[in-house]
Amino acid sequence: MSVLVYVEQVDGKFKKSVFEAVSYAKAIADNQNTSLTAISIGNVAEGDLKELGKYGAAKVLNVANDQLKTFVNQAYAAVIAEAATKEGSNIVVLSNSFSGKGLSPRIAVKLKAGLVDGAVELPNFDGGFSVKKTAFSGKAFAVTSLTSANKVIALNPNAFGVKENPAEAVIENFSPEVKATDLTAIVKEIVRATNKVSLPDAELVVSAGRGLKGPENWGMIEELADLLGAATACSKPVSDADWRPHSEHVGQTGIAISPNLYIAIGISGAIQHLAGVSSSKVIVVINKDPEAPFFKVADYGIVGDAFEVVPKIIAALKAHKG
Amino acid sequence: MKILVCISNVPDTTTKITFTNDNTQFNTAGVQFIVNPYDEIALSRAIELCEGGKGTVTVINVGEAATEPTIRKALAIGADDAVRVNATPRDAYFTAFQIAEYAKANDFDAILCGRESIDYNGSQVAAMIGEFLDIPSISIIKKLDFDGTTATIEREIEGGKEVVSVTGKFVASCAEGTAEAKIPNMRGIMSARTKPLTVVEAAAVEELGKVTKFETPAPRGAVRLVPAESAEDLIGLLHSEAKVI
Ligand SMILES: Cc1cc2nc3c(=O)[nH]c(=O)nc-3n(C[C@H](O)[C@H](O)[C@H](O)COP(=O)(O)OP(=O)(O)OC[C@H]3O[C@@H](n4cnc5c(N)ncnc54)[C@H](O)[C@@H]3O)c2cc1C
Repeated sequence: MSVLVYVEQVDGKFKKSVFEAVSYAKAIADNQNTSLTAISIGNVAEGDLKELGKYGAAKVLNVANDQLKTFVNQAYAAVIAEAATKEGSNIVVLSNSFSGKGLSPRIAVKLKAGLVDGAVELPNFDGGFSVKKTAFSGKAFAVTSLTSANKVIALNPNAFGVKENPAEAVIENFSPEVKATDLTAIVKEIVRATNKVSLPDAELVVSAGRGLKGPENWGMIEELADLLGAATACSKPVSDADWRPHSEHVGQTGIAISPNLYIAIGISGAIQHLAGVSSSKVIVVINKDPEAPFFKVADYGIVGDAFEVVPKIIAALKAHKG
Repeated sequence: MKILVCISNVPDTTTKITFTNDNTQFNTAGVQFIVNPYDEIALSRAIELCEGGKGTVTVINVGEAATEPTIRKALAIGADDAVRVNATPRDAYFTAFQIAEYAKANDFDAILCGRESIDYNGSQVAAMIGEFLDIPSISIIKKLDFDGTTATIEREIEGGKEVVSVTGKFVASCAEGTAEAKIPNMRGIMSARTKPLTVVEAAAVEELGKVTKFETPAPRGAVRLVPAESAEDLIGLLHSEAKVI
């Protein structure tokens, strides 16, 4: 028995969520008295692979195959499943990122493994193996008990945190054969807004709703987000009206997030919106209506006009940062 | 072209979620069930692609007879026919297996799902079907063009998008942006009653795990109000009290 963690790279670099997945997988490996192997696919520099040791990976399988430079879940799943078999790993951990969501189900089918996605806690090993995951868009949690010999867990971003656990990572090249039939979905183009914080991973999020009246008023939202190093988000009607891109829409039918800080400006707090954001650790609500439902789940609230309140906060933040 | 769309029967988005039997079962009392909102997007795109005689759209649901109103709603939106696999959908593995079995026996050019279901939030079914059928699966897509042979797909990635091209059969899970959800009109509602709905029995699948307990989030404390006149105080509180900035 051992634990394998897939470390997703973005343009050859690892993001915080990867170190979080490695930290989480290490905690499972420790509990099972076994070692942790990481698998990286794509061209990552040796120094970056070594860094995985800092969070507990004793071995890193490095798949540097030009055919696998861009993400193809069919081929990636085959490589990861093969690595799990080779390493004798019956637990595979990965991030529940956009790619992870496409990958974990395929790995699970290949390994005939029970899958828990959206995991928010370490497994409970008492008399079995159960993992708590989000359900009903954050309105509840479902404890899922896995009875299969192999298991796959996809960890939600920001659920576990990054924990250092220094080990010396040994890098080993791994060159599995890639079937041509696993490479029929071809990535033609990648467009990434490099200067923006990605919403699912963000620790701080500034979000705004229909109370902002129109897309021309988002300048102050972006300024506040920039100053905080936060990602921007919005309510559904805002993206429906094309004031903001769909990728920013959070809630029950948008992205579910759990940042450390969620600032909601001019958002009423409808049940569908709350569903996707209520697991944020600290919630700040700015709304001119004291009866807005959002205040019921907020930690801090300001009853006031966003157009007066937000500039004040921006000024205070600038002063704070000195 | 033939497109298969997977439809999940989920509690309405306004449902207050409660559990029974010592928190081991979802309490369905008084709950209104709907077509999973993301599946509605997938269905709407499939209908657009097939408009003008270019193809047919079949919806498939794994569920007991009680889900038929949801299936009829999908027919009213514009699907040509429907299939119900007669079983309680145990989990994504079970559901995906049934759909893959049906797709194997009935030739489809593409299978569309929603990006996730709003009950268990698994984004698993589409990719599992892909694996069972050994065909590409593209998850969380925002745009889909398909002529029956080649598809051009935009997929969401952290902080951006990816354009993917696939030739041959594929599965995709649709997110917002792929289409505007269509609302059934009177003609759709009338014709939905007579459109074919086939019931097939489920195949046996081993169980790999199951939900054993539900929990609800701990209630949050009372809000601390900062007067609008001194809104700037918020920064100090977030820094020294909440310690998040
Ligand atoms: C099936 C379904 C799924 C849905 N999924 C989602 C989802 O995922 N996410 C989501 O967000 N919604 C979702 N909704 C929509 C949801 O029900 C609400 O309609 C939506 O969240 C409201 O957005 P809002 O708060 O921005 O707008 P409104 O409801 O219009 O509220 C605007 C708020 O801004 C305040 N305001 C106005 N002017 C100012 C000002 N100058 N300063 C400060 N405050 C001001 C008002 O007091 C009000 O509270 C869904 C709905 C359905 C039916």
